[in-house]
Amino acid sequence: MSQSSVARRAPKPPSPWKPVKQSRKLSNPNAVVSLNGRWGYLFTAPFFVMFLIFGLAPIIYSVYIAFFNWDALGTQDFIGLDNFTALIADDRFWNAMVNTFDIWLMSTIPMLVLSIGLAAVLHNPYLRGSTFWRTILLVPNITSVLAIAIVFGQLFGRDFGIVNDIIGALGFQHIDFVQGTQSSHIAIASMIVWRWTGYNALIFLAAMLAVPGELYESASLDGATKWQQFRYVTLPSLRNTITFVLIVGTIGGLQVFAEPLILGGSYNGGDSGQFSTLTLFLFDQAFVAYKWGYAAAIGIMITLIVAIVSVINFYITRKLAGEKK
Amino acid sequence: MGVGGYIALILTTFLSIFPFYWMFIVASNGTDEISKVPPTLLPGPRFFTVVSHVYEALPQFNQALLNSFYVGTAISVAQVFFSAIAGFAFAKLNFRGQKYMVLFVVLTMMLPSQLGIIPLFMLMGWAGLLNSLGALIIPALVTAFGVFWMRQVIDTQVPNELLEAASIDGAGVFRAYWNIVLPIIAQSSFVLGLFSFLASWNDFLWPLLVLNSPENFTAQVAVNQLKSSYAIDYALNMGGAFLSTLPLLILFIFVGRRLVRGVMDGAVKG
Repeated sequence: MSQSSVARRAPKPPSPWKPVKQSRKLSNPNAVVSLNGRWGYLFTAPFFVMFLIFGLAPIIYSVYIAFFNWDALGTQDFIGLDNFTALIADDRFWNAMVNTFDIWLMSTIPMLVLSIGLAAVLHNPYLRGSTFWRTILLVPNITSVLAIAIVFGQLFGRDFGIVNDIIGALGFQHIDFVQGTQSSHIAIASMIVWRWTGYNALIFLAAMLAVPGELYESASLDGATKWQQFRYVTLPSLRNTITFVLIVGTIGGLQVFAEPLILGGSYNGGDSGQFSTLTLFLFDQAFVAYKWGYAAAIGIMITLIVAIVSVINFYITRKLAGEKK
Repeated sequence: MGVGGYIALILTTFLSIFPFYWMFIVASNGTDEISKVPPTLLPGPRFFTVVSHVYEALPQFNQALLNSFYVGTAISVAQVFFSAIAGFAFAKLNFRGQKYMVLFVVLTMMLPSQLGIIPLFMLMGWAGLLNSLGALIIPALVTAFGVFWMRQVIDTQVPNELLEAASIDGAGVFRAYWNIVLPIIAQSSFVLGLFSFLASWNDFLWPLLVLNSPENFTAQVAVNQLKSSYAIDYALNMGGAFLSTLPLLILFIFVGRRLVRGVMDGAVKG
């Protein structure tokens, strides 16, 4: 080894007269710098390549198709914004939108209340068997929407479902949970609430457990009751979690598809479209009517709705944060 | 905490389990029993008769269950593998442009999946993958969710000091990953694999779209196929639904607690 190569390899000690050079800003401040970052390209390549092919490219292409009169069987004429203008004028689209929103309201509000409530019950440190209760909460979430739609479809049956048996026993007339608009929404919403309450309860429970105990101690020292502690310590700290659950719930709510499909037996969302949802409508247009351009336009509208709702959600939560302070 | 809390929990337990119980009740009693008022609430003797009807209606039902199993396993293994290495790179390595990559992927994650479904269908057609299990597996080999999950896991569970020490000892990136990171994240990777498996087993829309030969069906598509056009044979449908759900229930008995922990850990870190 020559002297010069040894000298080149040893790093210069920082000179006491010159300022220490600022290290170049890292893309990843948490990184282990002694590991060769170039491997990062190789390690993320499979993911990124597949993401581009199966995630990004379809989305871009969807946006492209939406400007065409794209028949799966042949025609592909560029028609500019015609799909969108036709969509806005299409009653079925607004019907699907109203249904989707109604189902979303009916499922999200009870689900939020119930899951926060369940989380509060589970939050109690003196609870016996908490592992069991927590595990049971997740059971609905592991089923398939299809299987549950079949079960609930039968339970909500007009003549022989248990729900109507109870309604009849209470002296009321049987409700047709398929033909009615609000009633079919109730049936679908109940499936969604059933599936997600436990899961979200676990999420809220995790968030509650992250609240430092001192907050509760000082609150109870100030004389706050359990309920007041819940209202003024627990709930505010759940704000971010609620936002998260709401946004995820919105995206999920816009994708409601299997439940109305099974309930109605076809892609039209009921004889009068009473439970046609946006995704069901998209599916119907794409794979029954084969109007891919139109369906792509529906997809874009759904995306816009997600964006709008997320923004509204964000601002509402911010405003509530301002108030609570 | 009081009786009220326990009542709520017991009620929740009952409601959570009831649909599974009901599937079995209807499947074991036969369709004609459903019209009884008050309804039969106990299991009946006809379960295996109904099961044989399921296989009569759809002889490939077993194959469908196996298909779901193959696809689920393939997807979960692939997702864990690719998400772990990508997550590791995002968590512990520094390379130019990674922040933008992450941001870009996050933005795309916020878009609903329906947006890409038609072109994805076209792509599968162009690749000759329609009506094959490949159409289910290949687009699902790695997900952004999985990558971010693993990034979070590695960030929190693998201390930089360990990796730095290894690096000083002369380990390269790959050795550091293989010998240090992998053993630490084994448990969490398993949970990710479980979630992927469940999601794949329960997937309905995409397999329904892409598969049309009975021997390629997955469990969900097979159950859907049982529904005939005229009279609804409830016992048949419920029997099929029950058969397709049972494997997951059995799996859940073994791994349920891990899943719970996975959900709760993800909630706080995410």
